[in-house]
Amino acid sequence: MQSEKQSISLTKRILQSISEAILIPFLAILTAVIIGGIIIWFVGGDPILAYKGLIQGSMGSKKAWSETAIWATPYIFAGLAVALAFKGGLFNIGAEGQLAVGAVFSALIGYALPGWLGFDLPAIIHLPLTILFGMLMGGVWAGIVGALKAYTGGHEVINTIMMNYIALNTTSYLLNGIMKDKSPTNVIARTPLIAESARIPAIFDGLRVHWGFILALLVAFLIWWLLNKTTLGFEIRTVGLNPDAAQYAGINVKHTIIVTMLLSGMLAGLAGSIEVTGLNYRHELGFSIGYGYDAIAIALLGRSHPLGVVLAAFLFAAMRNGATRMQFLTQLPVDLISMIQALILLFVAADAIIRYIYRIKSKGERVVLTRGWGG
Amino acid sequence: MSENTTTPQEEIVLEARGITKQFPGVLASDNVNFDLRKGEIHALLGENGAGKSTLMNLIYGLHLPDKGEIIVNGKVATIHSPNDSIALGIGMVHQHFMLIPVFTVAENVMLGDETVKNGSLDRNAVTARINEISKQYGLDVDPNALVGPLPVGIQQRVEIVKTLYRHAKIVILDEPTAVLTPQEAEDLFRIMRDLTARGVSIIFITHKLKEVLAVADRITVMRAGRVINTVKPSETDSAQLANMMVGRQVILTVDKKDHQAAEEILKVEGLTVRDQRDLETVHNVSFSVRGGEVLGIAGVQGNGQTELSEALTGLRSPTGGKVTIDGNDLTGKPPRKITEAGLAHIPEDRQRHGLVLSYSIIDNMALCDYYHPPFSQRGVIQPKALDENARKLIDAYDVRTPSPFVSAGKLSGGNQQKVIVARELSRPVKLVIANQPTRGLDVGSIEYIHSEIIKMRDRGVAVLLISAELDEIMALSDRIAVMYRGQIVAVVDVKDTTREQLGLWMAGAHAETA
Amino acid sequence: MDWKRFSFIGLIIVVLFGVVVMVGQVKQPPLLIITSMLATTIAVATPLTLGALSGVFCERAGVVNIGIEGMMLTAAFFGWLGGIYMFHLFGLPAGVSIAFGVFFAILTGGLMALLHAVLSITFKVDQIIGGTVINILAVGLTGFLNRQLFFGKGSVFGGTVPGSPGVLPTIHVPITELFNSVCGASANCLQNVQAINRVFDQKPIAISAILLVFISHYVLFNTRWGLRTRAVGEHPKAADTVGINVVKMRYANVIIGGMFAGLAGAYFTIESVPSFEPLLTNGRGFISLAAMIFGNWTPIGAWAAALVFGASQALLINMQIFRDVIPPQWSFLQESYIVGLTPYILTMFILTGIIGKTTPPAADGVPYEK
Repeated sequence: MQSEKQSISLTKRILQSISEAILIPFLAILTAVIIGGIIIWFVGGDPILAYKGLIQGSMGSKKAWSETAIWATPYIFAGLAVALAFKGGLFNIGAEGQLAVGAVFSALIGYALPGWLGFDLPAIIHLPLTILFGMLMGGVWAGIVGALKAYTGGHEVINTIMMNYIALNTTSYLLNGIMKDKSPTNVIARTPLIAESARIPAIFDGLRVHWGFILALLVAFLIWWLLNKTTLGFEIRTVGLNPDAAQYAGINVKHTIIVTMLLSGMLAGLAGSIEVTGLNYRHELGFSIGYGYDAIAIALLGRSHPLGVVLAAFLFAAMRNGATRMQFLTQLPVDLISMIQALILLFVAADAIIRYIYRIKSKGERVVLTRGWGG
Repeated sequence: MSENTTTPQEEIVLEARGITKQFPGVLASDNVNFDLRKGEIHALLGENGAGKSTLMNLIYGLHLPDKGEIIVNGKVATIHSPNDSIALGIGMVHQHFMLIPVFTVAENVMLGDETVKNGSLDRNAVTARINEISKQYGLDVDPNALVGPLPVGIQQRVEIVKTLYRHAKIVILDEPTAVLTPQEAEDLFRIMRDLTARGVSIIFITHKLKEVLAVADRITVMRAGRVINTVKPSETDSAQLANMMVGRQVILTVDKKDHQAAEEILKVEGLTVRDQRDLETVHNVSFSVRGGEVLGIAGVQGNGQTELSEALTGLRSPTGGKVTIDGNDLTGKPPRKITEAGLAHIPEDRQRHGLVLSYSIIDNMALCDYYHPPFSQRGVIQPKALDENARKLIDAYDVRTPSPFVSAGKLSGGNQQKVIVARELSRPVKLVIANQPTRGLDVGSIEYIHSEIIKMRDRGVAVLLISAELDEIMALSDRIAVMYRGQIVAVVDVKDTTREQLGLWMAGAHAETA
Repeated sequence: MDWKRFSFIGLIIVVLFGVVVMVGQVKQPPLLIITSMLATTIAVATPLTLGALSGVFCERAGVVNIGIEGMMLTAAFFGWLGGIYMFHLFGLPAGVSIAFGVFFAILTGGLMALLHAVLSITFKVDQIIGGTVINILAVGLTGFLNRQLFFGKGSVFGGTVPGSPGVLPTIHVPITELFNSVCGASANCLQNVQAINRVFDQKPIAISAILLVFISHYVLFNTRWGLRTRAVGEHPKAADTVGINVVKMRYANVIIGGMFAGLAGAYFTIESVPSFEPLLTNGRGFISLAAMIFGNWTPIGAWAAALVFGASQALLINMQIFRDVIPPQWSFLQESYIVGLTPYILTMFILTGIIGKTTPPAADGVPYEK
């Protein structure tokens, strides 16, 4: 009898929590779109045409879908990176740098390894090695910050930002120096092309979308499973919600912080890695500028839930992809997209504003990131 | 006691009429009527959650009542903020001090009412006035001392000086003796009588029956937001008051059979511990607890009990000494190792250490055990096992909740504590460390927790009880150790000592080990 | 601020200066090098000093502000833009336009801070997320407007970026030249006096920054405003119970902080170089926070830390001047890459707390619930 009552309320509860989870982000996007439309009209553009261009450009043809999926791939990985860190109570603003580091080191293994070994490698070995190495370096880049936080209390916000600048400077140095593509026609800072054996194949003939996209979806599922079904995930979430209780519960908080940052960095490194091996086949300086900060918006929009992250990544990818068509139709600069995305982020982060506007009640405890600031 | 029984029609300085205040989910004040006469000490008695603090916060202006009036000196008062109540001569000393540790006494006292000369703070003028008040009322405080390191009794005096600095004629004291030794409490009562002799009227909030009978001129009992009755001490006794507080007959003593002490389970030798600020707060402490006995550590908060308990439960590494549980050396080991060695820990701050408030009751029930079978297999969590476990414990420990999926944050304090107790005591344990286990709970929950503790003891488990409530210590313990300034200053059998004796030790007199 | 911290700062500054002197003394007399380094250090530390002061006011009142970078960026943009509009569209003289620019920058900083205050205080958004939102918004807004206003359809400037009215002038403060008479006829002495005076020849915002450091210190520790601000950041409930309006104090201090950040933004486009580039603040807002933390949330301490960062930047600049005389074993100094990393690595090092434990205001970052 009691279990019957429970099972009814269980389904109801699931539906309730899903609708609650989607409601705020949906309204945030809606509000931002409306305000974006107002801005467009204000600067003399046609909002309807602009949004039509966005939709056409991102989903209007097979090619459009393919390109959107391509944009979405690094967004999913990077968004997962930030989301995972959020769940662990950490703010990883360093996805930008970890991504770049992952990309550059993947590129290195991609183009240089056969040369070092003296022979060509089969793709079955070369490709995974390439991806793995980038992933690991991204992990290390974030792990350093994790260790600093765990053992010295240095807040990860400033440290990851510093590591971003260090990564930026380092990749610039490498790509203008020893890793530069030395072919006579090249003047820009980029690596040589990576070997064929280190490239991810495309899924369909004629379209650029590659298997890395599928990998992204799989990894999203994997992260969901990790967070919600494993003891490690339980530990990460507990440390994120209440480190005192986590310590009391026997969890090694320091280790968990480091592991969380490592995993987060690995995901960001994977983002860079997959871009290099699946799309560009080289690392060109600056190809990923802004991805890390977009990832923060994506993680927040997706409420740090892997499925939410995938959907949010798609939204941002669609916007980026469709922007070119929008510009073609309306002569509005693609930077407008950044504005709208910033607005979406504003409303999602300040969901209290959305609640206030649309009169929705709030509930529950939130992860607090300002803990441990400066002390 | 002030003599107001002879003067006719005593002047009423403060009156609350029909005060009603609703908070989300709780009717904190339900049509409350209350009055305060000039020069009296009026006690407001009730258990935790009865609405006493809410009423005073309304009078002081921290919240606005939904309905009702507050009348001060015969005139209806509009109190929208503490500025208004302060202007009317009302001052309040809160249960948790409203002092800024990094400021000096003078800075704390002048905050909000600063004396300014030529654009900058006039510290000299403030210091002079504080010294004046100190002398006049016998409240010796040093205006230039930093508040943080001051002992609690002195901090309380600073709070009182704050109210007098603003010419308060009505002073509200919220649970002032919670942080004092019996001697310091006596000192406070002397100060209170001095104040009333000078025409100050005092409202004194407490849940302690004995104090109320000792010092109040009148007692108003509140329960569930309502005033039950207002009586004079001479007209009533503890049992009646307790009955009014809780609404039913309350057993004021715990039924305890003689303990059969077995071998030593917990042995602490020469333990030293440093706190957050790297100050040594536990000095060379040694004691032991046997199976089947309750050792109560008495002492006012802030004498090292927190750090002692943290060191014993693995939350803090001691800097010296040894901790053995059932023969195993567990000094400085992490919490999980100590738990696996048979420790159950009921933490001091249940919402901070004991629970993750946004987790469900199910997850909280497995908080310390999630990592091993049956709750998880090779790193993968087994939800069915967690579910079963939670349901079993909710039943066995009578946790009031509509479903096990409810998040712990939604439970009442008593039920939250029951979740923790259920989780901890359902493991096979050898030692229970309970730190302030009934703080902030209603009488019903207090009774329940007490009986669980005795049950454990009767089962042969060693129990270390740390509590600032002397009555609780005396009711539950077989032996009592007193902690003062980080040292154990006395260890006695409960039968061989008295409240007064313990109070003296808690205040630092007679530093000896019995 | 204890001696350990001050001596660490002193040590680093001595080392940085020492390196430059040792390398450059073959080309220029040491006095000239030192004074030049000092002058550069003070100038370059200006945005960091102001950024750190911004942080001090916000956090002393209990609000964490990592949006200083975004506030600086927006202020730099709108300050520069304002000057251009005044100069080209309203035909105001260059000096007035520039002054307007500074005013707009301060105003912008204040407005961005108002947004941060609304998010953090009224809507109780997690303050780090709120600050990040400000930063992202700043990048999006300035990037978009920078393109749209000049190259967009219907732009008043018709597709080109007009020249800025200019930069603020260096103010000659003849402090040491008062001692000219002491020198008599000695040309060498006069030259030295002149060299030393170069340290004091600074631009208005740089001078204001130093003055504001001392004013802030006085206000924070000796006035009613400062006492209440600190109270609200340490124990807002206690302040509330004595009748202080916690929300109002926090709003006010955050906006003041924003205005400091705005002035810092003006430095970039109105005092340093008369043009705007996307992301020109380049992390200075975050380094300001490190300076604030290292200075233990005190104005003078933060200024000292800012000077260290300024010195490392001055080193970089001077190494370019002396690049032809760098001895081979120190050729890595030529690599702007390595020296360019100094501020960032220094920041991370400082945050480890090795130099000394820092105590933020007790209620820093915690939204106030009545």
